[in-house]
Amino acid sequence: MLNYLIRRVFYAIPILLGVNLLTFALFFMVNTPDDMARIHLGVKHVTAEAIGRWKIEHGYDKPLFFNARAAGAEKATDTLFVEKSLKLFLLDFGAADDGRDIAHEIGNRMWPSLAIALPTFLVGLLAYISFALLLVFFRGTPLDAGGVILCVALMSISGLFYVIGGQYLMGKLWHWFPISGYQPGLDAWKFLLMPVLVSVVASIGDSARFYRALFFEEIGKDYVRTARAKGLSELRVLFRHVLGNAMIPILTGVVVVIPRLFLGSLIIESFFGIPGLGSYTIDAIQAQDFAIVRSMVFLGSLLYIVGLMLTDISYTLVDPRVRLE
Amino acid sequence: MIKLVLLWSDLLVLLLLWTGAGLAWLARNNETLRGPWRQVLGSRMGASTALVLAVYAGIGLLDSIHYVERLPEVPGKAAQYSGEVRSALDALLAPLRENVEKTYSAPFATRLYAKETVQGADGRETRDYPRLRHGGAHLADPERDFWPDLRLRSGLGMLAGLLVWSLLAAAASASAGPASSRPPGRAGGATGVLLALCLTAGLLIALAPYYHVLGTDKVGQDVLYLSLKSVRTGLLIGTLTTLVMLPFALGLGIAAGYFGGRIDDVIQYLYTTLNSIPGVLLIAAAVLVVQVQIESHPELFDSAAARSDLRLLALCAILGVTGWTGLARLLRAEALKLRELEFVQAARAFGVGHGRILLRHLLPNVMHLVLITVVLDFSGLVLAEAVLSYVGVGVDPAMFSFGNMINGARLELAREPVVWWQLAAAFVLMFVLVLAANLFADQVRDALDPKSRGRT
Repeated sequence: MLNYLIRRVFYAIPILLGVNLLTFALFFMVNTPDDMARIHLGVKHVTAEAIGRWKIEHGYDKPLFFNARAAGAEKATDTLFVEKSLKLFLLDFGAADDGRDIAHEIGNRMWPSLAIALPTFLVGLLAYISFALLLVFFRGTPLDAGGVILCVALMSISGLFYVIGGQYLMGKLWHWFPISGYQPGLDAWKFLLMPVLVSVVASIGDSARFYRALFFEEIGKDYVRTARAKGLSELRVLFRHVLGNAMIPILTGVVVVIPRLFLGSLIIESFFGIPGLGSYTIDAIQAQDFAIVRSMVFLGSLLYIVGLMLTDISYTLVDPRVRLE
Repeated sequence: MIKLVLLWSDLLVLLLLWTGAGLAWLARNNETLRGPWRQVLGSRMGASTALVLAVYAGIGLLDSIHYVERLPEVPGKAAQYSGEVRSALDALLAPLRENVEKTYSAPFATRLYAKETVQGADGRETRDYPRLRHGGAHLADPERDFWPDLRLRSGLGMLAGLLVWSLLAAAASASAGPASSRPPGRAGGATGVLLALCLTAGLLIALAPYYHVLGTDKVGQDVLYLSLKSVRTGLLIGTLTTLVMLPFALGLGIAAGYFGGRIDDVIQYLYTTLNSIPGVLLIAAAVLVVQVQIESHPELFDSAAARSDLRLLALCAILGVTGWTGLARLLRAEALKLRELEFVQAARAFGVGHGRILLRHLLPNVMHLVLITVVLDFSGLVLAEAVLSYVGVGVDPAMFSFGNMINGARLELAREPVVWWQLAAAFVLMFVLVLAANLFADQVRDALDPKSRGRT
């Protein structure tokens, strides 16, 4: 298994390099640093000197791939691609446009993100799977049909309305929780409960229906009939056999996202004023701070690849037939 | 005098219509192709949702016929045209578009949302809610006349709707032949939904010119007008994105599965890389780049409409280029399976070229996957537009869209009394569209996917 993992790490390198090349092409070649400077300094009345000064200040005054003026090996290293893009591999994110260190910000902001994303993930998983199992248990009855209709209706509502509705009802009308904001430490739960609740409810339609379909696929198989024939109760069949055998497809969708929980949710965080990585990214997008966007893209891809590896490992845990070689 | 204007997106809408018509024409005599669609439209759910979607599509199409008006003639000069691009929908909704109030007003209100200093009949100035310029302006005394007037107009509107419905229903049952010869299960069809649509249309036509049925927004525009105009944006994102995505997904997915080897490796690498980037971030990055390009080349656009139109197309292109991976993976797996089957092997043994095999033997056999994905993706894309516009990487902020509507209305819930009608309008219109699309997609999947047949 160790060999397998080492090989996977090596496979990850070209992918991350591809991601880097893609973002580099977007942010430096399609959109030259001159364009960037012009946007930051205001589109009109920009002098060439002002652009030059801005580029030097932010370290964008180098050639893209090849520096003819530098000496020796620096011809290839003292370039924008190495400075801005390849350094991401060392987790050296550099500074944002306002001069603050991105790595430091990420270290600070991942905790609030995690504080929302982790409970959302766990509570959500529990809620979706139990709801789906409930529907499967009552299959063929009006309860199941009604549940499916409810799911389709719930997934037809834009996520924005869940947030707005939650804030309006629970925050403004019923005064259960503060509408938005955050406080570090133990008092944080007051601010966390509503975002978690809203995000769990927002995707219950989609997810419960997905899991229901998974379980339905399993329930038609022979081993389920055998289990029933042995005289096992329906609950035991569902929880032990169906759930257990549906684990592989469930894990495929679930484990991948675990590492990315650090990055938080863009929408939820910015709506609820949580100072996490999601709102950091949104602010960067709105302020057109490309350094932050680039770092987050890289980090997101890295965590996705870690998630894929974790998925493979998790298969060996739930299915003894799977061996990683 | 008017002159027709063809925006880029209109051109693509035309292209889409042509393709759709062409495919329908090709399929008209082919029972294997027609069967599933007959099944979809034959079921009550399929017919009802298709009808709702057709109404939305109709609104979107009307809104895609653009023109500019000719300005009053100045002697000695060539004809001048107004810079404002309008659509056929604008012309139809002219009373709604022109009835602009000062600021917010609630649905069916006759007075403004905010107090103002009004001069009474005796010349004294008092603070009161002024009468609206257009909403209920035909009433002499709104407090006394409002309810009778509303009852009369809505009654007439519903009566007209009912009349139209009964005509349509009669025509439909006449064309379907006598009741006994119809296959069972089709009897109801979409009449229920048709009735609801006719009644709503009747009500709106009777009331909308006299009242702001859904209220007005911050600058006094009629919310019904705003929401109807938003329909086109949502539909375009849902359909044009597919148009961009399909060539990538079809070409790369099938090629990867059919050829295998080096080609498969490269294509797999491509989509793993694209997939590994968080979706919203990739879209945001690409949209930011396009935004900067548009901002630094203002000379390319001759009107504001052309500018926001191009930005919409750019968004569709970006969503398409980043969104083909899921379908490509499905198609790759399917092609991998198909290439080992006897009919493909036989074709190869007879010396049929790769291109011909791909076109004649593989493509028709993966079309059901393509159709299912396209229909399933549609509702997701409509919803994505709202979120992306909220994040600031969606359509042009000046464009009519559900995302912009929600965005503009979100903070108004904090007002006292609450300004809820903008959100409610966006909610209802989006919900009906997406729900219909979701239910329709389920029907299509049931009809086309051999695996899901018999499952709910």
